[in-house]
Amino acid sequence: MTQDALSGGFATAPLQSARAFRALLEAMARPGTIWPIEGAMPPAPLSIAAGTAILTLVDATTPLHLAGAADCPTVRDWVTFHTGAPVCDAADATFAVGSWDALQPVARFRIGLPDYPDRSVTLIIETDVLGQTGARLTGPGIRDATHLSLPETATFRANRALFPLGFDAYLTCGDRIAGLPRSTRVEES
Amino acid sequence: MTQSADPQVVARKDWMSVLAKAPAARLSALMPDVPAHDVLRPAEVGSVMVQGRIGSTGAAFNLGEMTVTRCSVRLPGGAVGHAYVQGRDKGHAIRAAVVDALMQTDAADRLSRMVLAPLQAEAAVARSMRAGKAAATKVDFFTMVRGEDQ
Repeated sequence: MTQDALSGGFATAPLQSARAFRALLEAMARPGTIWPIEGAMPPAPLSIAAGTAILTLVDATTPLHLAGAADCPTVRDWVTFHTGAPVCDAADATFAVGSWDALQPVARFRIGLPDYPDRSVTLIIETDVLGQTGARLTGPGIRDATHLSLPETATFRANRALFPLGFDAYLTCGDRIAGLPRSTRVEES
Repeated sequence: MTQSADPQVVARKDWMSVLAKAPAARLSALMPDVPAHDVLRPAEVGSVMVQGRIGSTGAAFNLGEMTVTRCSVRLPGGAVGHAYVQGRDKGHAIRAAVVDALMQTDAADRLSRMVLAPLQAEAAVARSMRAGKAAATKVDFFTMVRGEDQ
């Protein structure tokens, strides 16, 4: 196990995880809004926001899929040491983290069952830019409409069509995070 | 967890076991000053399910939960120490983790003499006393020979 893999966890787990969880709740409840989130210092290439979300949401009962560049020994060891989560294939994942390109095709992830739509994946999408410009979002949690810089819109429109099945997504960039639940309607602006 | 015959791993398991079961007050008396260290995982209290096997060979059953405290530290030299100790004394967990880290450095001999040896000796005395008390209650059964068999 490498040295980097052991450091960078929460220093005061009760406080930091509570703050991070609040940010994650607010982000998912108000799609398109961007929230600061910090606490973890994960090894590269994970961003602070993605690392903090992983420490807050993932544990031994939630298999995690590391996609693309995120699937390196240091990140695997870091996730194992700090969360105890099993690192798994895309088809079994409850959470998946990686860049949008690395997560493709998203059809390989679980979208839930009609009886249990909650048995689906939450994608943590690492992005280079995150701003309130670009695709137009409407739906629950949004007054009128809002905009968010999404990597593309067709996949999210297809995901909305599966409702109540489908995946939920967080978009992370540095120490900021935005949520995009499956209930949000996405259009090109 | 796979069983390992690596002597280093066996030795480390031994001292971690001694530290985990040692009384917290005794460990802090033997080691009043905690050397400088970085905390990788702060001491936190949780519970683990203890499993037992009747006669050491039967099917595993859940004996019950016990409270444990765990901690991980790194010394300035780079050695990493982990500890899972019984009870909810965070100072105990930090000391045990620091000792585990120090046992992987040059300080191992001194530490083994000053801290681990006394703890091991006391644990052995306590074990033999309890075994002695239990042995005093032992009853030998024997079969009474009854007349009709003869």
